[in-house]
Amino acid sequence: MKERREGAAENTHGTGISPRDRLPELTPQDMQRYSRHLLLPEVGVEGQRRLRASSVLLVGTGGLGAPLGLYLAAAGVGRIGLVDFDVVDFTNLQRQVTYGTLDVGRRKLDAARERLHALNPEIQIDSHETRLDSSNALAILRDYDVIVDGTDNFPTRYLVNDACVLLDKPNVYGSIFRFEGQASVFWAARGPCYRCLYEEPPPPDLVPSCAEGGVLGVLPGIIGCIQAAETLKLLLGIGEPLVGRLLLFDALGMRWREMRLRKNPQCALCGESPTIRTLIDYEQFCGVRTAEAVPAATLATITPAELDRRRSSGDDIFVLDVREPTEWQICHIAGAILIPLTQLEQRTSEVPRDRDVVVHCKAGARSAKAIRLLQQQGYTRLRNLEGGILAWVDAVDPTLSRY
Amino acid sequence: MAHRVLIPTALRPFTRMQAAVEVEGPSLGELLQALVRAYPELRPHLYADDGRLRSYVNVYVNEDDFRALQREETPLAPGDVVSLVPAIAGGMR
Repeated sequence: MKERREGAAENTHGTGISPRDRLPELTPQDMQRYSRHLLLPEVGVEGQRRLRASSVLLVGTGGLGAPLGLYLAAAGVGRIGLVDFDVVDFTNLQRQVTYGTLDVGRRKLDAARERLHALNPEIQIDSHETRLDSSNALAILRDYDVIVDGTDNFPTRYLVNDACVLLDKPNVYGSIFRFEGQASVFWAARGPCYRCLYEEPPPPDLVPSCAEGGVLGVLPGIIGCIQAAETLKLLLGIGEPLVGRLLLFDALGMRWREMRLRKNPQCALCGESPTIRTLIDYEQFCGVRTAEAVPAATLATITPAELDRRRSSGDDIFVLDVREPTEWQICHIAGAILIPLTQLEQRTSEVPRDRDVVVHCKAGARSAKAIRLLQQQGYTRLRNLEGGILAWVDAVDPTLSRY
Repeated sequence: MAHRVLIPTALRPFTRMQAAVEVEGPSLGELLQALVRAYPELRPHLYADDGRLRSYVNVYVNEDDFRALQREETPLAPGDVVSLVPAIAGGMR
C-alpha cells in the first residue's frame, strides 16, 4: 500500500459531496458529449450523472474564473453559479479567456453566461450580479455543493472562507501574484481553513494588486485549472483532495512545491474554542476602509486639469512619479521625474524642498503613501494628483496609453 | 552552516531581487535574524514592531510550517531549505 502523508485526506470512490439520489438520466447525446469521462472507471455513467446533479459557485469571473467556468461547464457540472459585478475591460483580455474583444464594455456575467452556454447548453448558469458581502454571502453560498474562491482581494477571501466554514462547505482556493500561484482546498470539517494558514491579512498598503504588480497571463489559467480539477474530484469523491496541503507554483523556475498545512487548534474560526461565530465586517478586518479614508482627509490634492493649467502658465512644479519603471515605459507625464515608491526613502535628496511637488502614481494610492513618507521627512509643499496618471490621461492627454 | 532561503516574488524587492539567498543559522530564529540583518529592508515585512513574526508571511522548514515545529527554536540540519510564503490575494478581476 502506498505510503500516505500525515494530514492528507483521502476520498474513496462514491463518497463525493454531489447528490447521490434521484440522479438525472443521460441522453444518447450526453453519452457522446461526456464519453471520455464515461470511459474513466473513476467517473463512469454514475459519476457523470452526479456531476449533472451537482452545483458549484465561482466567486468572481476573471482570471481564475475563466478556465474554471470553461472546464466545469465542459465537464457537465449541472449548475454553475457566477458572482461578479464587473464589466469586461481591455486589460482583462490578456488572461480572462472567457471573453473576446467584442465583449469589452459588456457585463462580465452576461458575456460569461453566453460563452459557457455556447460550450454546453445543457447546464444551468445562475448569475449573482452583486458584490459578495456579509449581508448576502451565506444566502448565496448555501445553495451550492462546492465554493471556488479566486477573488482578487483579502476582504472577500476572508469572507468566502468564513462563510464556507460556517456553512460546512469545501472552499477550493487559488491565488496568483506575478509569476507565482497558490492552491489548496480549505474544508474545516476535514482540515485547515484559510485562517489556519493566515490568521490575519497584510496591511492594505503592503498589498500590490495585479493591477499594480502585473501577472503572467497564463498563470491564472494554470492555477484555475488546478482548482477545476480539485472541484471535480470533490464532487465525484475520487482521489486525494488538496486538503491540508498548499501547492505553490513558480512559473519562472517552472517548479511546484507542496507544503503541509495543519488545522490550527487556536483558529478563531474553526479551532477548539472559536470566537468568530458569524460573518464580520471584512473591510474593517482587512483595514481597507481606514486606509482609504485617511488620504482624503489629510492630503492636499490637485486635479489633472489644475496641474496642467499651472504648468502651462509657467509655475515651476516638480512632478514626482512614484510608479515602477515598467509603468513609466507604458506612459508618463512629460517632464515628470521617476522615483519608484520602493526607492523613495533612499532617494529623498532628489526631491526639492523649495518647490511645489505634485506626486502621482497610477490611481492615487501609492502617491498618497509617498506623500506621507515625504511629510515625515519635513516636506510641506506636497500635493497628490487626484486619480493618478489615469485621470491625467482622461482629462489632459488622451494620446497617452491607459493600462 | 549556510541554509538556502527561498524568497517569493513579493519580497524580492527587499533582497536585491534574488530568488534565493544563503544565510547561516543553527536555529530558524537565528537564521531569520541573520536574514534581516543582511537585508534590513526585509525586516518590517517579516517582523512586527514587537519583534514577533508577522502572521501574513508563513515560514516553512522544508515542507513544514514552523508553527508545527518548534517555531523559532526549530534546529536546522544541513540541507534544510527555508521558505517564506506570504499571503497573496490576486485572482479573478
